[in-house]
Amino acid sequence: MTRFRLSLAPAIGTEPRLDDRPFDLLCLSMAFVVGVHAAHLPWWLSASLAGLLGWRWWHRRRGGGHVSRWVKLPVVGLLLAVVVATYGTLFGREPGSAFAVGLLVLKTLETEHRRDARVGIAFGGFALMAALLFDQSIVATLIVALGLVPSLATLRAIEQTTPVYGTWRTTFVPALAMLAASVPLAAFAFLFIPRLESPLWGAPNPGQAVTGLSSSMSPGEMAELLVDDTPALRVTFDGTPPLPEARYFRAYTMMAFDGRQWTQGGNLYATTPTPLEGTPRFRYQVAMEPTQQRVLPMLDMPMAAPADATLRFDRTVVANERVRAMKVYDAVAAVDYRLDATLAPLVRRAALQLPAGIGPRARGLAQAWADKYNHDAYGIARAALSMFRDGGYSYTLAPAPLGADRIDDFLFATREGYCEYYASSFTFLMRAAGVPARVVTGYQGGYWNRLGSYLLVKRADAHAWSEVWIDGRGWVRFDPTGAVRPERVSLGASAAANAGGGSTSFFSGEWLRQARDRWDVVNQWWNEAVNGFDALRQSGMLQPFGIRRTDVGDLALILAVGCSLLVAMALGWALFQRREGDALDAWMRRLQRKLAKAGVIRRTGEGPRHFMARAARSLPGQRNALERLSELYLASRYAHDEPPPELVKQFRQRVREFRARGVVK
Amino acid sequence: MATRAAPRILAWAERRLPALTRLRPLEPLPATLHRRRIYIVPTGFGLGFATLLAVMLVGALNYANNAALMLTCLFGAATAGSMLVAFRVLNGLALGGLRSGTARVGERVRVSLELWASQRERTAVRLDIGGAEHVVTVPPGGSATVEFELEGEHRGWLPLPRTRVHTRWPLGLFRAWSWVHPDAAVLIYPLPEASGPAPFAPEGDADRGRPRAGDELAALRDYRPGDPRRQIAWKLSARHHGLLVKDMEQPAPKEDWRLDWDSVHGLDSESRIARLARWIDEARDDGRRWSLRLPDAFFDVAQGDEHYHRCMTALALRP
Repeated sequence: MTRFRLSLAPAIGTEPRLDDRPFDLLCLSMAFVVGVHAAHLPWWLSASLAGLLGWRWWHRRRGGGHVSRWVKLPVVGLLLAVVVATYGTLFGREPGSAFAVGLLVLKTLETEHRRDARVGIAFGGFALMAALLFDQSIVATLIVALGLVPSLATLRAIEQTTPVYGTWRTTFVPALAMLAASVPLAAFAFLFIPRLESPLWGAPNPGQAVTGLSSSMSPGEMAELLVDDTPALRVTFDGTPPLPEARYFRAYTMMAFDGRQWTQGGNLYATTPTPLEGTPRFRYQVAMEPTQQRVLPMLDMPMAAPADATLRFDRTVVANERVRAMKVYDAVAAVDYRLDATLAPLVRRAALQLPAGIGPRARGLAQAWADKYNHDAYGIARAALSMFRDGGYSYTLAPAPLGADRIDDFLFATREGYCEYYASSFTFLMRAAGVPARVVTGYQGGYWNRLGSYLLVKRADAHAWSEVWIDGRGWVRFDPTGAVRPERVSLGASAAANAGGGSTSFFSGEWLRQARDRWDVVNQWWNEAVNGFDALRQSGMLQPFGIRRTDVGDLALILAVGCSLLVAMALGWALFQRREGDALDAWMRRLQRKLAKAGVIRRTGEGPRHFMARAARSLPGQRNALERLSELYLASRYAHDEPPPELVKQFRQRVREFRARGVVK
Repeated sequence: MATRAAPRILAWAERRLPALTRLRPLEPLPATLHRRRIYIVPTGFGLGFATLLAVMLVGALNYANNAALMLTCLFGAATAGSMLVAFRVLNGLALGGLRSGTARVGERVRVSLELWASQRERTAVRLDIGGAEHVVTVPPGGSATVEFELEGEHRGWLPLPRTRVHTRWPLGLFRAWSWVHPDAAVLIYPLPEASGPAPFAPEGDADRGRPRAGDELAALRDYRPGDPRRQIAWKLSARHHGLLVKDMEQPAPKEDWRLDWDSVHGLDSESRIARLARWIDEARDDGRRWSLRLPDAFFDVAQGDEHYHRCMTALALRP
């Protein structure tokens, strides 16, 4: 009868069972992997993976071997089903890493031998790296790098075949030391490994990874963004920064409205941007967190687009590539400007377009204003702003839900909302009154970091406002939210949200603010120096050394030469062997070298007395010197526990003076 | 990850690069591993791991993920560093201190080798010798002993086989190794023949060998009726409940065996050796004294282990 192997693992005949210590360390490494992924895995999945890992550890501790295939297979199937049910697919960043982490934990179920443990550790390293796809902050990177310590310790323990494993300290400290010793080589390689100008294959799935502003806007969408405290931009200015109420960073303009959602005007992007009349006012540099989008937010009106970006008809700027990594760009902004003094008919039509059947009451109101102010755009806009200010409107991040007609419902019923609601209805009113208008989204405000002298713009600073076209004056910015809640514009989003609650919470305390400033400076440095280090920055890296552009060949050469140098240094360390013995031995060796040149070579097993006597016989000319040396050596070596310093000194003196003359064979 | 291909590749390397292995000349013990004779190659796991690192590198570069690239560099640098650590395990390691037990042809002889190094600890040093792998850790400044068994196939000197000293410490990614071909041998004694005639016919006196009363005190025993009075140990008996009697005896002198190569007629020299070896064994087991005359040596009448080993060595080394 044929016997069936129930295990999925290949037969490993003679290999011994993995000891407990390597297995413990393996479980620890796996736990670390689950831990660094816990931030994006559903909590119940992390918890059950951790539980499974703990169970397996306990099971093996009690002597359990392979878990039966009849347990493993359903668990793998369950994992697959759970991932697909949660994410809808198996492919992509989140489901992929969830599945990988799950498989890694399941791998411990069949880990019995060294080989399994090694495979587990290798893929564990891969899974650790996958955690960095989600978060590349300095803290996340350091934690993930620390995750290598248990992995290295596991590999060491696997090799350590003596059953004595020592304490946990002797387990982890060498692994940590090994990691620390590899930092120089790693840093060097990191600097000089040539970066790719463009990715070799598909970029991360944009739908999932897009963060921050979106290219469309419908009231209620931004709420999540407005409480997201992650940094979006860091802006440094040449000279004084603009005042808080003038810090408008434009990202998108939106022309098309379908009654629910504002979107960009698709067919307008073919038109070329009209020249901007204005004086350059602020020179600044933006370090932008990756968004997976192309748009680059620009302070007010940019004079021109940065090097690798394009200016569009509405003076928003898109990069030529999606911003997948930290992006740094320079720009010059005009604050007093005139844009589109005359409006192209195509643009004008788009800026007046309104969806049919939406907001009849609002249209009526706008028509009334148009008649009252004789179609004067300024008058109509002021009327709308004063309505927002005095008409019982309030600012809240949690407004009541809107009914079918979002415009009328907001303007005449709920009367509460935040920037999107106001920008949307304001633009609607303007258009209804016959004034071309559009919605603008971007960032407004930001937080001035005094320590680092830069403006930190968070995602929570996302904002929406309007631009109204006025004949002869061009596009003019109107911020209806400012009419409702001036703090939003002068102090920022958090102040606007808190002002209603009254208590300014404890973390506006001075020390905490300073600490946060410092911490953000560190993050800023990390983002610029590490995450933003791309092909462009790399090619300019050696400018201080007079090399204008470092191309891939140079980089590869430097990498090769530098790595060889570092390896040579390490080899020097590896070859270095401290000679045995103390100073006396060292001088004796020196004497032996001198005598060897004269033909008297110390034999193995020849004691110092015999050797010196033989030397004295061979070199009668130095007989006295050699006899004295012999006495000195024997006295300092054997007459005391430790060679007395003065005798060693005399011996050294005499060895130095000794010249082996006259070879006598 | 010792695959089946490994020995074949090794054999190929030996053919192609004899300098690596085969032509390593015999060297006297102690042999110190110098840096110029230590080689390093990645293990199977190391190759797999390198592939994984390459995938990680390309992935990190492709997605312009510098944090991941940094992690990859760190992992890679630690890997490269482990190569040097493996090298340092072997560099300066010394082999020597050969000891061996005694064995006859067909038996396995127990051999022990010592490994020592001056400074740091040498972890997980492996010796491939006698068809098995032995793992030791040499403490700093101390020594470690490897014990193994060799098959004694012929009488005489059994040279130590070519030995591979290697290690995969610390991560199992690289194997550092060095061949040692020690100029040392262990002695294999001849195999005594299974049975055969005694060297001399037993002579007369059936009483030979039986203990007889003598002058030497052999033991104390309880008094039995009829024991002569003068044998009672009066002083010692005073401290006991019963009487103790001194048992006197004199060992029966056994006849010495004068073994002679030439006295064994009509056999080839291997059979002579086997027979002489059996007689020597028997003589030792009986507690006899014996002498051995060989064509080129004479061992005078004596007994004891030293005499036994001298005689057996001489027989083992007969041409």
